[in-house]
Amino acid sequence: MPGNPQLDANGELQHLLSIEGLPRELILKILDTAESFAGVTERDIKKVPLLRGKSVFNLFFEGSTRTRTTFEIAAKRLSADVINLNVAVSSTAKGESLLDTVANLSAMQADIFVVRHGSSGAAHLVARHVKPHEHVINAGDGRHAHPTQGLLDLYTIRHYKKDFSGLTVAIVGDVLHSRVARSLIHGLTTLGAPEVRVIGPQTLIPAGAAALGVRVFHSMREGLRGADVVVMLRLQNERMTGALLPSAQEFNKHYGLTAEKLALAKPDAIVMHPGPMNRGVEIDSAVADGPRSVILPQVTFGIAVRMAVMSMVAGGG
Amino acid sequence: MSKLPDAEKLCTQLARELKARVTPASAMVGIHTGGAWVAERLHAALGIKEPLGLLDPAFYRDDYAKQGLARDPKRSKIPFAVEGRDLLLVDDVLYTGRTVRAAMNELFDYGRPASIVLVVLAERDGRQLPVCAQLAGAKVEVAAGMRLRLRRDGAGRLSLELERAG
Repeated sequence: MPGNPQLDANGELQHLLSIEGLPRELILKILDTAESFAGVTERDIKKVPLLRGKSVFNLFFEGSTRTRTTFEIAAKRLSADVINLNVAVSSTAKGESLLDTVANLSAMQADIFVVRHGSSGAAHLVARHVKPHEHVINAGDGRHAHPTQGLLDLYTIRHYKKDFSGLTVAIVGDVLHSRVARSLIHGLTTLGAPEVRVIGPQTLIPAGAAALGVRVFHSMREGLRGADVVVMLRLQNERMTGALLPSAQEFNKHYGLTAEKLALAKPDAIVMHPGPMNRGVEIDSAVADGPRSVILPQVTFGIAVRMAVMSMVAGGG
Repeated sequence: MSKLPDAEKLCTQLARELKARVTPASAMVGIHTGGAWVAERLHAALGIKEPLGLLDPAFYRDDYAKQGLARDPKRSKIPFAVEGRDLLLVDDVLYTGRTVRAAMNELFDYGRPASIVLVVLAERDGRQLPVCAQLAGAKVEVAAGMRLRLRRDGAGRLSLELERAG
């Protein structure tokens, strides 16, 4: 496949696999379209007929509640039929390969595959093998990308901060294992946020982080100073191998977001978290439930963003 | 080709003709973009109590499967209860009737209006659906392959013009 596998010959979105490689105009178009869908989600009848007759297969090889549910709600609000497959406990457990699973669902007349997989590159692999009328949306692949989360984070930041041109965004915690962080960093740099910082212990910051265009801090106090947006990442215990951390308590002491540490950021800074939160580890309850937290609005915005992405990939000939 | 009618004069004329149709239950909705410009004028001239509604029926269009999502869809804003309302639905040019069909479908997702009156600045031949305007400012002859559209200049003046369709 020549060029960017996410775009068709006219530069329109064909699949959504990663934010990396999406042109700035296309990212802004997704955010603008999501803004229109946000109006739909505020009505009594929260449904439009765009995807009537289309089938969306939620193909989750890894556990998820929030992402799977918001994809399901988004598809239903577009009038699509939604089929949820908890593949981890069915076909895969019986030994079926990823591509065989997809080929079988394709035979059931799929239009959109929403794929989450523990291996980086899984969604790209599926996209290379689907039929021309089928579309793939990456709902998280290994440590690589989680583009709809990145987009909803961008939507949230734009909603509260209006534009990206003067912003300092601090991303804190387990950057090493975080596909959320990678997607957000690519989005922020593409949209021109002047300062993106990553904050965490040396063992949880990827070696080449600076090459992504970010400033690396190992002191949380220094990194938070003057930030407009603080994005806390979940400490991913399930992905930890070896001794990357002494203990969760130790992590909390240095990198947990407390009201006292948040006071170093700008007075109107917002606090985000992709969920699920480990309260008392990366974020204190007083902050998570506090007035600067926009963690629950992020979830609501995620529905409109996923409606925008699905309606953009599935339209046209 | 004959000269196109003056859009400003058509607005004034429409406002005059619409007066008799305004009821206490009236509310006005303009279709994005040109229809909203006309609606702003009529809404102010008629002194309608309810704030003006704006509709972009992009999510209800019947050409989505062929054309994809319209570029830059706007957020529809209906700042009043549609239920039981006498709606004045305003567009700039009535042509195939497909935009009006999409707009009516969207309106019904907000509630069940008591009535809808379609008001357009201008109409042209080429209806593909059984849609007609109760009030049209002018009927304009448009050659095949051409599009009649409304423009608004920097000073806010409205004018009709022809351009090649495509």
